[in-house]
Amino acid sequence: MKKLLAAAALIAGLTTSALAEDPDPAKWDTVVEQARGQKVYFNAWGGSESINAYIEWAGSRIMENYGVELVHVKLDDTANAVAKVVAEKAAGRNDAGTVDLIWINGENFASMKRQSLLLAGEWATKLPNWQYVDIENKPTILTDFTIPTDGQESPWGMAKLVFFYDGARTDAGTLPQSADGLLEWAKANPGRFSYPQPPDFIGSSFLKQVLSEKVVDRSVLLKPVVEEEFDAVTKPLFDYLDQLHPVMWRSGGAYPQNYPAMRQLLADSELDIIFAFNPAEASSAIANGELPDTVRSFTFPGGTLSNTHFVAIPYNAAAKAGALVLANFLISPEAQAHKQDPQVWGDPTVLNVGKLDAEDKAKFDALDLGIATLAPEDLGPALDEPHPTWLDRLETEWKRRYGVAN
Amino acid sequence: MFSRLGPPLTILLLAGPVFAGLAGTLLPAFGYLPALGGDTFGFGPFAELAQQTGIWRSAWMSYYTGVAAAAVSLLLVLLFVAAWAGTRAFATIQHLVSPLLSVPHAAAAFGFAFLIAPSGVLSRLASPWLTGWERPPDVIIVNDGAALSLIAGLVVKEVPFLLLVTLAALPQVPVERTRKITALLGYGRIAGFIYASWPQIYRQIRLAVLAVIAFSASVVDVAAILGPTLPGTLAVRLAGWMNDPEISMRFLASAGALLQLGVAVAAILTWIALEKTLGPLVQVMAQAGYSLRRDRWLRLAVLWLMALAAGIVFAGLGALAIWSVAGLWQFPDALPDSVTLKSWMRAAPRIAGPLLTTCIVAVCATAIAVALAMMCLVREDATGKRATRFALPLIYLPLVVPQVAFLFGLQLLFILSGTVASLPALIFAHVVFVLPYVFLSLSDPWRAFDKRYEAVAAGLGKSRSTMLWRIRAPMLLRAILTAAAVGFAVSIGQYLPTLLVGAGRLPTITTEAVALASGGNRRVIGVYAFLQMLLPLAGFAVATLVPALLFRRFRAMRA
Repeated sequence: MKKLLAAAALIAGLTTSALAEDPDPAKWDTVVEQARGQKVYFNAWGGSESINAYIEWAGSRIMENYGVELVHVKLDDTANAVAKVVAEKAAGRNDAGTVDLIWINGENFASMKRQSLLLAGEWATKLPNWQYVDIENKPTILTDFTIPTDGQESPWGMAKLVFFYDGARTDAGTLPQSADGLLEWAKANPGRFSYPQPPDFIGSSFLKQVLSEKVVDRSVLLKPVVEEEFDAVTKPLFDYLDQLHPVMWRSGGAYPQNYPAMRQLLADSELDIIFAFNPAEASSAIANGELPDTVRSFTFPGGTLSNTHFVAIPYNAAAKAGALVLANFLISPEAQAHKQDPQVWGDPTVLNVGKLDAEDKAKFDALDLGIATLAPEDLGPALDEPHPTWLDRLETEWKRRYGVAN
Repeated sequence: MFSRLGPPLTILLLAGPVFAGLAGTLLPAFGYLPALGGDTFGFGPFAELAQQTGIWRSAWMSYYTGVAAAAVSLLLVLLFVAAWAGTRAFATIQHLVSPLLSVPHAAAAFGFAFLIAPSGVLSRLASPWLTGWERPPDVIIVNDGAALSLIAGLVVKEVPFLLLVTLAALPQVPVERTRKITALLGYGRIAGFIYASWPQIYRQIRLAVLAVIAFSASVVDVAAILGPTLPGTLAVRLAGWMNDPEISMRFLASAGALLQLGVAVAAILTWIALEKTLGPLVQVMAQAGYSLRRDRWLRLAVLWLMALAAGIVFAGLGALAIWSVAGLWQFPDALPDSVTLKSWMRAAPRIAGPLLTTCIVAVCATAIAVALAMMCLVREDATGKRATRFALPLIYLPLVVPQVAFLFGLQLLFILSGTVASLPALIFAHVVFVLPYVFLSLSDPWRAFDKRYEAVAAGLGKSRSTMLWRIRAPMLLRAILTAAAVGFAVSIGQYLPTLLVGAGRLPTITTEAVALASGGNRRVIGVYAFLQMLLPLAGFAVATLVPALLFRRFRAMRA
């Protein structure tokens, strides 16, 4: 019995010492103190100059305010950062890892959470700026692709699927109002629509959008895939694609690589309708001279997919305190308002502007969202993201059916 | 002598990481990697690999891309050298093509794609006045299913490499005298060259050709930009699996990496079979007296093809340069609506750090590689033995083993030793890839050096080190500097090793460029491609100017 107690004491001792290493966001002053002088390696997709510039701005602000240095590790795929943490765990490097903060959501989050690669404890909800986060009206902040976030990732921005067209070429009256309408439109305008090739994030999202519209019972998508029912549930989607592909760009023989490639194709007059997850994307592109100022947005009245993107801290991060300080700054009213400016990035806020004090609220009210951006009330209803297992299963099935051209 | 250390050190440096990396790939390919939950050996990953949609087609495409790109590039270089060596046109084209070697593959591929796409520059220039197109035609050019644009994109990049290697070998063969003799015997310029001079030259550049095959069969970035996507080539799919967040994919990726290895080996074996068939065939033609006396049309055709190959890359880079300062630029406008420095100004503050890292790593890695290569070669002379049958393939290992096949294992090694993301580790990793190219560029001219010069010096009682530093090194200075310039360019172009070993914390111009390229923004790609091009160009300028300056009073050394 004594031995058992001793062992228990030992284990308890180990656990507390392990916990003591991780900074506790509830004691914020200590966190800020620990963070000073730390270097935070923020692993985030580096494919957009405006986002890179925003991250650089955030770096200069936390340097001024907290003495924390931000280093943006530019990824071409978030999976690379996850793979890095996986490799570090495989090599037994359980502290002083090379990744401090990851821009993440959906499948990558689900994967890291399942493998316990994330900083434990509900740290996100204890951040001082969490009080402004709009958990009341934005359910995707607490449920990332149906997976509970459990405070293991902190929200950064909101995303909603919207479509763009060039008003100089396409009459607004002819625009489709639903996935079915899009198919009819594509048949009438062959070669003028396409989607990025799955497993590109935006391309896979298009599959989920069509599936969500065409599925008989939408609630099955919120639960993990049941293999026996998969074919029946997805039949409407693949029937739809079988009809769509022959009238698509390049007759479905090639696909744009990703959203920016699709945007270029709209500018080149190769495509007439494209879509993105950031409602302000077109206005930003106009401001940058990447799209003509005749481009406008539209959405489906029946609703489009919507989700939230987050930042998360790996379990072995070297600069956990610094990462917490950065995550907290990213949801500050100052950072969120700056981010929503289409001249900067145009990414919608995760905050409830109504909860802010007058001065901060004014920052949001002063924003000009741009001519091509729909007002929040015109964005239409939000469709929930399916459970992450659907993404993987849809991508596999897509590859099986269309991955080898004839 | 100090050089004694050369060979063992080189082999350790090259083979060590490759074998350690391969072990890290081989074990998971058979299902073994305890850290990821695999602790039994089996063929599961291979069974899974075989079930991947279109896997055989991917492998087949990688295979024939490798063989075709090498065959077309070599044929073009061969005919060009045969038809024009020693002429003024040759010198002009040579100066035009050589800088292209240093253009990073990804940048050249983007420029190429933007040139030939249906909405590309060529189409814009011809529209609508000639074609009547108000909008780009809906046809597949880039990403075509037969990989033709991929092969073309590789050819325009491999031609400069093979030409440079051939040029380095050329002075060791009495091309001009041989030509006069074959001409007297009534052979056309091309036929005479192929029969009499080519076999000696080919022997010297053979390993470079094999490296081209292996590279073309396993290239990731160019294939991702220009290659087919339904399905992609094996290497592209492999890189995707490696990066998949799902750990179990690592087993599949490892099995795929072994398949990639097999594909590269198969492509090289095919090539060897081709050599064995074509060599005797040429001899038969020579003996049959097939002299191709009227080869003027072929000579002109080759000249134009060569100029076209170089012109395409330049035009593509020119297009990217315009994109880097373009405002809105819609089809079918031949030029942008407005010109702006916005892209440059946005990029400028972010460039300094990566630029510095790029230069430090490239200079250090190149210096180490050149020193090691020279130590090996000096040792070879001292012992009078060429690298053994066992050692030679080891030197070329990192070129022939596809990068993706051993990089994951190599990354594990660095993490385990706690050196991941440190500058020495990154330089070390670059040496692994730079050294073979340096050795490849240097060894043939070195070995072909006319030893009678040294015999004379030895007869005069000069020491071995005097002979090295006073005779051989100066006479081979051009070859040494060219090898260094090649190494420098190779270091700058490294993407995967830099990303993995640098853990993303030591960004270089190239990792930044590829990260931005994934955003498909032609303006930003233009900025980085321009910078990427500028650095190695400086290296080659040094390699060309220094001997020209040093030897300005020695006519025979300027050849």
